Amino acid sequence: MTEILLGQHWFFWMTLVPLGAAVVAFLIPQQARWIGLATALLLPFFALAAIAATLTAEVQPITGGGWPTPLGIELRRDGLALVMLTVTAVVGFIISCYALGYFPARGHHSSRARYFWPLWLFLWGSCNALFVSGDLFNLYVTLELVTLASVSLIALEGGKAALTAALRYLFIGLFGSLAYLLGVGIFYGAYATVDLALLGDIITGTSLDHAAMALMVAGLVLKSALFPLHFWLPQAHAMAPAPVSAVLSALVIKCSYVILLRLWFEVFVSLDTVAVGHLLGLLGSVAIIWGSLLALRQERLKLLIAYSTVAQIGYLFLVFPLARNETMATAWVGGVLLMMTHACGKAAMFMVAGTIHHTAGSDRISRLAGAGGPIGVLVVVFTLAATTIIGLPPSGGFFSKWLFINAALVTGQWWYLPIILSGTLLAAGYVAKVLGWAFLDVKRSSYPVIPWVMKWPPLVLSVIALLFGLIAYEPVQIALLGAPVSGPIFMEAGP
Amino acid sequence: MTAPILYAGCGIILFSIGLHALLVRRHLLRKILAANIMGSGVFMLFIAAGARGEGTAADPVPQVMVLTGIVVSLCFTAVAIALAVRIHNLTDCTTLAVDEESSID
Repeated sequence: MTEILLGQHWFFWMTLVPLGAAVVAFLIPQQARWIGLATALLLPFFALAAIAATLTAEVQPITGGGWPTPLGIELRRDGLALVMLTVTAVVGFIISCYALGYFPARGHHSSRARYFWPLWLFLWGSCNALFVSGDLFNLYVTLELVTLASVSLIALEGGKAALTAALRYLFIGLFGSLAYLLGVGIFYGAYATVDLALLGDIITGTSLDHAAMALMVAGLVLKSALFPLHFWLPQAHAMAPAPVSAVLSALVIKCSYVILLRLWFEVFVSLDTVAVGHLLGLLGSVAIIWGSLLALRQERLKLLIAYSTVAQIGYLFLVFPLARNETMATAWVGGVLLMMTHACGKAAMFMVAGTIHHTAGSDRISRLAGAGGPIGVLVVVFTLAATTIIGLPPSGGFFSKWLFINAALVTGQWWYLPIILSGTLLAAGYVAKVLGWAFLDVKRSSYPVIPWVMKWPPLVLSVIALLFGLIAYEPVQIALLGAPVSGPIFMEAGP
Repeated sequence: MTAPILYAGCGIILFSIGLHALLVRRHLLRKILAANIMGSGVFMLFIAAGARGEGTAADPVPQVMVLTGIVVSLCFTAVAIALAVRIHNLTDCTTLAVDEESSID
């Protein structure tokens, strides 16, 4: 029995089941909620089975249609794919529970629920497909699927502002992925392969290769909304319904980042990447400061959280300058850890913001005055989730920043220290601003009752984000399976 | 100058023209057209990348990729036109408005 279970192609099913469920949910809109919930319940178990199968059994390689590898499509089953699939499954499950309450089956917004479920399942399946893709062209196709689903989800609200944000996001997405595709074309012309591992072996580092790299990095940076290409993110993320904002900030942004991470450590290894790394590090540093400062200035909760995402993306891009020779593994693990905890923390924050908007009638932070009493649970959840964004121990955010600081010290790039520290301080500032309003001594009792599915699921995610630092060892070990980096992980380094 | 280089060069020129129009033009239909022209430029580069020298048959893999790419670009165009038509119906406006900062409520 166990052998049969472990021998299944779980990676394959994790892509196929949500995509199939999306089609079914579209065809039977009355049952879409339950189809969505059933899929969301299944996928975490699939992810667990995939981890168990990878750790214990010798699994046959999965190739599409049974074609041999250069021609057929082989699924990647390495640690990065595993942890991203698992995080997506956990966050996706919680978001699905929350969406049950956010999009009620009856009422004047029921048409939104009807379209939310198929699109969300489609997006989920596309994300999973992206994480297991191992060649440049498949990554392009899956990235486009993710963008297409995200555009439709942003437009779900139907108003002028939402449609404009969706169309702008579509143009940005197209521009980014076409630049990436141009790079793929140049690589194919030179080496006649799009397989990541193969390409990494035979790449020679001509000037054409560097041009292709520049195009691909630029396209992916635009899609991951790194400063100064972040201009589209706050509007798109703040305009969408709360579950959609959570998905966009927690998962969609990570998709293009995962591609860049794969390319950087597998394909671009023999190219001259030091200068590009420094450039990405510089932009990341500016993103941390600029995003946090703007978050501090926002008067709306969702925009504040969106700008906080801009800042956190800045941290993610510090991986590229910090990963040098002996600190390769340290910086890489820091980045992967930050992706995982940011996904949990940010999803919880957006869900709380959505619930507050739902109950308080507006997401102006000033409307939160005195909310600490009647909707204190939400404020507590928000705070717990924010600990990982600030980077307080024992959250996962703390450990990833710790790893970044160690990598910076070992490689002698001390200037990243003040950046990381001031980013932390500013993050604490904007969280304290929200809490300050919430605990003002104002009597308010006019809040409507919140359905429990909108109250408790975010709590689960924020607790995971908070305690992630304590259980980080196992996920990190899994992430390092088949990872393109090796070397010690510096936990306490001197300069 | 060999034929593949000519094709690839033209592809990159098409890409740049499209990019310019996507950034500069404000009318939504023009933006959508511009994105399509960018896509065509990339596809042309792919076709050129399949060339394998004088007298040998071209590599079919990039052509298959272009077919996939055309499907993707068709989907995007369809969604973009649907959104643009909806924006036009709602606002009588054919451009992306800038002042949405004040309309989140």
